[in-house]
Amino acid sequence: MPKLSYLKALNRALGDEMDRDESVFVLGEDMNFALTNVTAGFLDRFGPDRVVEVPLTEQGFTNFATGAAMAGRRPVVEFQIPFLLLLVFEQITNQANKFLLMSGGQRSVPVTYLMPAAGWRAGWGAQHSDQPYSLFAHMGVKTVLPATPTDAYGLLTTAIRDDDPVVFFGPLAALPVREDVDYADLGPIPLGKGRVHRAGTDVTVVALGHLVHEALAVAEELADEASIEVWDPRSVYPFDWAGLAESVARTGRLVVFDDSNRACGMGAEVLATAAEEMRLTAPPKRVTRPDGAIVGAVPELDVALQPDRAQLAEAIRAVLKSPGW
Amino acid sequence: MPDSLALYRMIRYIRRFEERSLDLVRAGEIVSGMHACIGQEAVSAGACATLEPDDIVLSSHRGHGHLLAKGCDPKRVLAEMAGKVTGIDKGRGGSFHPSDFTAGVYNATGTVGHGAGIAAGIAWAAKRAGEPTVVLSFFGDGAVTQGALLEGFNLAGLWQLPVVYICENNRYATTLPVDTAVSGTITGRGEAFGIPSSSVDGQDAETVYAAVSEAVDRARSGGGPSLLEMRTYRYHGHHTFELKTRLKYREQSEIDEWKARDPLDIQAARVPEADRLRVDAEIEAELDEVVRFALESPRPDPADAMDHMYADGFRPRAGVSL
Repeated sequence: MPKLSYLKALNRALGDEMDRDESVFVLGEDMNFALTNVTAGFLDRFGPDRVVEVPLTEQGFTNFATGAAMAGRRPVVEFQIPFLLLLVFEQITNQANKFLLMSGGQRSVPVTYLMPAAGWRAGWGAQHSDQPYSLFAHMGVKTVLPATPTDAYGLLTTAIRDDDPVVFFGPLAALPVREDVDYADLGPIPLGKGRVHRAGTDVTVVALGHLVHEALAVAEELADEASIEVWDPRSVYPFDWAGLAESVARTGRLVVFDDSNRACGMGAEVLATAAEEMRLTAPPKRVTRPDGAIVGAVPELDVALQPDRAQLAEAIRAVLKSPGW
Repeated sequence: MPDSLALYRMIRYIRRFEERSLDLVRAGEIVSGMHACIGQEAVSAGACATLEPDDIVLSSHRGHGHLLAKGCDPKRVLAEMAGKVTGIDKGRGGSFHPSDFTAGVYNATGTVGHGAGIAAGIAWAAKRAGEPTVVLSFFGDGAVTQGALLEGFNLAGLWQLPVVYICENNRYATTLPVDTAVSGTITGRGEAFGIPSSSVDGQDAETVYAAVSEAVDRARSGGGPSLLEMRTYRYHGHHTFELKTRLKYREQSEIDEWKARDPLDIQAARVPEADRLRVDAEIEAELDEVVRFALESPRPDPADAMDHMYADGFRPRAGVSL
């Protein structure tokens, strides 16, 4: 079976959608040279009318995409650096995502915001290493965070076909992940549908984005100590609360492994919902970045701020050891 | 050539529509209050009279004139302002953020200046589709100090998009006089991007019509965007909250000076009195119906508060889990 990398999965999904639907086009900075590699080969394949090079004008081109979508197109807007999504937070959350409601359902704004390099990049400094998916979930913008090439293909396909704005986070640390796939098996994956990567009976680890792979490694390391279920929501909004409840019903214990800052992050939301609505037999834990973490430009200091395998292993052991409420 | 009587009718219609709306604000029927465009009606009337039905307007928070002049159903516009389900946006857009795709009004953004980039995107899509559509993008002088506006200008100029940017310079961004906010000139902002730009007497609907016609023709024939600064004035406050706050940021003498060039009087002088009286009476009768429709229409059911949030009907979780 062919090996598909995460990056090639993005390239393939976007190319397939552009083949399938003439209204889909992609715009972004350095498109002419496919700087991120997501659009490698597209300029020759689709031409400059559908692979649109834009100047450094993020607010301008994000509003532009809203307009093109109102006029019937399906833009995919590529961003190179995660914090740019906060520069255009207004354009996404306040313009595009509110428009269907403000127009009384007259017209939706089907834009996909593609962030194929989310999270920490060693040594690149404080302004290149954010992971702001929790903020979009907070604002009710459909947001996906796939961990594997197959899921990246499926969720990018769904994001483009969805009639609402969707933010796609491709975690930088997941981009090199490769997977044996049969291309015929690739297809759209619904939003709000989680996935059990490893079944277990003692504790549910909710892992997000690239941390899915870290969680799987920890589950393997601790296999002699405990049966660990690794559950991946894949979409952070909408979130598969029913899927999580099923997993927690099996295990009764919960640890969340989340690359957000601690306060108001997805980890906080998962714990709060589980505490309110699910049958936990022991207090849950989360492993996240610290409150208000700013990941800087010195690798050893940055790594100290990011959730890691050792922290997860410790949290799992603590939750398993807990005598209960 | 503009139809003088039609322009008079539209100015008078907008004026009386808003005066009657102000009564409804005072009576508590329009809870949001409103941003009246009274004094600026010649811009809406003159600019929209140049358009074809398929052309598109992007409005602003001071947009009732744009909506009426572009052909929205006045009954449904007033119902929208009053938060009724019969409104153009089922009450979800309100006075501040209305859109009406049946009339080609795509958006009225409350974030000042952000319509410029949206206009560029609509115009780009139309141009790529080979459609002859022109987009008119309205904003005030407050928008010209926003970066997002200039980013929109840059894209429209770069790609020679069929947009006519219309700045209604009513001399105040809420309370801030334009001279104390804007470095350089408004038209200079267009010129910097290679966009043909001119300053126009916005109190005279026929002058507005001539200037916008030229810009619309240029856009439709592939000549790219234009920027028109309309020199105008609002006779009322920024928003009806000023009925209570009575902010003193303008001299009465200045208001009187601009009232001496009332767009309604200027256009009235161009039509025979008999026509004018007939039109005035027709408008009053029509507005009686408009007000009756808005007041008698039902308010939305609170159970529907989460309708129209997502295209696929996704219902967000409630604020409490019990």
